Amino acid sequence: MDAVAQWRNQWFDYTHYLRREGFLDDQFAQLKKLQDENSPDFVVEVVSLFFQDSEKLLNNMARALEQNVVDFKQVDACVHQFKGSSAWIGAMRLKNVCINFRNYCEAQNLEGCLGCLQQVRQECLALKNNLENLFRLEQQIVAAGGSIPVME
Amino acid sequence: MMEGCCIEPQWPADELLMKYQYISDFFIALAYFSIPLELIYFVKKSAVFPYKWVLVQFGAFIVLCGATHLINLWTFSVHSRTVAIVMATAKVFTAAVSCATALMLVHIIPDLLSVKTRELFLKNKAAELDREMGLIRTQEETGRHVRMLTHEIRSTLDRHTILKTTLVELGRILTLEECALWMPTRTGLELQLSYTLHQQNPVGYTVPIHLPVINQVFNNNGTVKISPNSPVARLRPIAGKHIPGEVVAVRVPLLHLSNFQINDWPELSTKRYALMVLMLPSDSARQWHVHELELVEVVADQVAVALSHAAILEESRKARDLLMEQNIALDLARRDAEIAICARNDFLAVMNHEMRTPMHAIIALSSLLQETELTPEQRQMVETILKSSNLLATLINDVLDLSRLEDGSLQLDITTFNLHSLFREVHSLVKPVASVKKLSVTLNLAADLPVYAVGDEKRLMQTILNVVGNAVKFTKEGNISIAVFVAKSESLRDFRAPDFFPVQSDNHFYLRVQVKDSGSGINPQDIPKLFTKFAQTQSLATRNSGGSGLGLAICKRFVNLMEGHIWIESDGLGKGCTATVIVKLGYSEQSNESKLPFAPKTQANHVHSDFPGLKVLVMDDNGVSRSATEGLLVHLGCDLTSVSSSEEFLRVISQEHKVVFMDVCMPSIDGFELAVQIHEKFTKRHERPMLVALTGNMDRMTKENCMRVGMDGVILKPVSVDKMRSVLSELLEHRVLFEAM
Repeated sequence: MDAVAQWRNQWFDYTHYLRREGFLDDQFAQLKKLQDENSPDFVVEVVSLFFQDSEKLLNNMARALEQNVVDFKQVDACVHQFKGSSAWIGAMRLKNVCINFRNYCEAQNLEGCLGCLQQVRQECLALKNNLENLFRLEQQIVAAGGSIPVME
Repeated sequence: MMEGCCIEPQWPADELLMKYQYISDFFIALAYFSIPLELIYFVKKSAVFPYKWVLVQFGAFIVLCGATHLINLWTFSVHSRTVAIVMATAKVFTAAVSCATALMLVHIIPDLLSVKTRELFLKNKAAELDREMGLIRTQEETGRHVRMLTHEIRSTLDRHTILKTTLVELGRILTLEECALWMPTRTGLELQLSYTLHQQNPVGYTVPIHLPVINQVFNNNGTVKISPNSPVARLRPIAGKHIPGEVVAVRVPLLHLSNFQINDWPELSTKRYALMVLMLPSDSARQWHVHELELVEVVADQVAVALSHAAILEESRKARDLLMEQNIALDLARRDAEIAICARNDFLAVMNHEMRTPMHAIIALSSLLQETELTPEQRQMVETILKSSNLLATLINDVLDLSRLEDGSLQLDITTFNLHSLFREVHSLVKPVASVKKLSVTLNLAADLPVYAVGDEKRLMQTILNVVGNAVKFTKEGNISIAVFVAKSESLRDFRAPDFFPVQSDNHFYLRVQVKDSGSGINPQDIPKLFTKFAQTQSLATRNSGGSGLGLAICKRFVNLMEGHIWIESDGLGKGCTATVIVKLGYSEQSNESKLPFAPKTQANHVHSDFPGLKVLVMDDNGVSRSATEGLLVHLGCDLTSVSSSEEFLRVISQEHKVVFMDVCMPSIDGFELAVQIHEKFTKRHERPMLVALTGNMDRMTKENCMRVGMDGVILKPVSVDKMRSVLSELLEHRVLFEAM
């Protein structure tokens, strides 16, 4: 029981940290709510899907920005999709970067776009790490016989 | 005559005599011949002469006489026998005619004499006729003057004009020197000189009314000759030598509206007279003639009538002006009242909106708070907060409803609802409170009560809840029974509701709800006051009620809107109460349709079957987005299909799908275009699935586009569980949701 309580406390701290830093927002909690007996790995599935999608999108964006004549509309479309996905899983910081990215696209500012692309990659990586940590914690809690607390 | 005998005329002695005879005979003959000529001439000239043959005879006589005398001229000297014979013949003829004439004249002369008398007689007659003619002419002229004067007087309704015209015209017709009108003053004790003919503005010259001369005039119906020296007649400064003309005065009755009775002519018991004084020119030796006096009398009467007309007109004008003023004032007042009501309504609406917004925030957040993990004390605190805020919200609604009810601007929301479940809900709401007070609440629904009905569910619930709530409130112990049944026509007519005329029809039925309690009862005298707003009975039992006094008043108004009746009976204090509510509801066509259960709002989030089996289609090309939406809808128990391309979408969509969620921000697929195609595919509204757009930004353009293509709703991504739940229930209930953020 001690271990479980410890893990739970750690979990709470971690989620608080993530919230504070803006990595995750309420939408993530909403997603968590959808997880129940029928779909126990719902969140993990969605998150994995997200990261797969993001890989593809990022590659598309990079390729488009490397062209001689940059098709900003295409880049914009990708960013739009990326933004939507981020919003759904509650990745707040990512979403904000996407908003900036879209502005640069509209202004057809190549420098800005490239900068944003770099930012997006970094944020994505950071989020991925954070979520992996979180999921590992949760697995440990479940393995130790406890139940994952409800995210507020 | 000397026949054959030649006697020598003794010329020298009788010659002069002879000569005279000769000359005379000649002249006689001449005269005798000229007289007939003259006669003929003059008779010819005259038109009428009845005795022509007499003339002839007379003419013959004279001619013969003349002839005789003429022939006589020849007999003075020696003359032949022929002359003698002629002379004899002439003389014979003359004798004959003369005798005849003489005889005839015997007959004629009396005739001629009588002609003379006749002539005299006719002359007299003619003179008499002339006189009469003169009289008639004068009278006719007088009549003309009167008519003209009357016309002048009557052509105006202005009092001053009438009087002035009278004086002027009278002065002109009768060529008066002065004409004056004395009017009684307000006090009635004096006569004031009001109008004169020649002075423009007579200064207020008054005489006391009780002078004998004035009394004499007032008591007389017609004109009265007065002395030129009397005070009323002394209008012009008499310059010494003048002999003032005759003065006549007449009274002019001043009539008022009150003098004219409907059936009687105006009675001249009015006592108010004006005095008209007329003066003939001085030094003229004219006298007042009868016809002139008659004229004056007639004029005086006409003036009286004209004045009374003018008075009547003035009064009616005043009345009409007053009415107009009042109308304008009333109009203004009405407009002010309308403005005030509008202002009050605006104020109430704004205030209510302002009050409701934070109210809703409090209620929403408290209910959310309730769903989280709380300690027992915290939970109780939150529950109290929730209860109080609900009460406050209800009160705010009540106030707004009441003001709208008063204006008649409240309209019922008619929907089809489940009657049975309404009462069950009321029962379950009331049971906790009642059980705290150890009261039992029994609900009896009649067997023939329809399950579904058409009416205003919310307000019916409000009314029933209020009535039952009151029953619970005022009952300390015992039981409360709620009986619901369909009212039959005999039971509808109640002597207590004299103006309630229920009309039976096939589409409607009357619902009768009877709530009996064994509580403190009501004093029969207080019963009428129950339904007046803000009136509270002062009995001890109600001291702790804490009600605003609005409840029953609002209920009554709702019930009236529902064409029903509500009343309370009580046998007295301590003997309990029975409240009866009768409302008119419509029959519902859908008797056995299984409606989707109403998702209760205060539930924890572990219940799955919110919308069991609801067929939903999701279209989104973004994998993550699609998964998240899928997860949401599966969590809420929907039967879900998801597609990611427009071809798949059009292939899969069918009538079975009740709701379609489509992302309208997809770069590759035009969601709006798809919506239009759906509309074209499913023309009938109840066959078509409801279309809901999912969008990342809720700007006006997006909203307009959504409305344009016929979307039933718009939701902002990302969506929370509660949001999705409420969206679905809203959609299913009302078939439209516009704007959920």
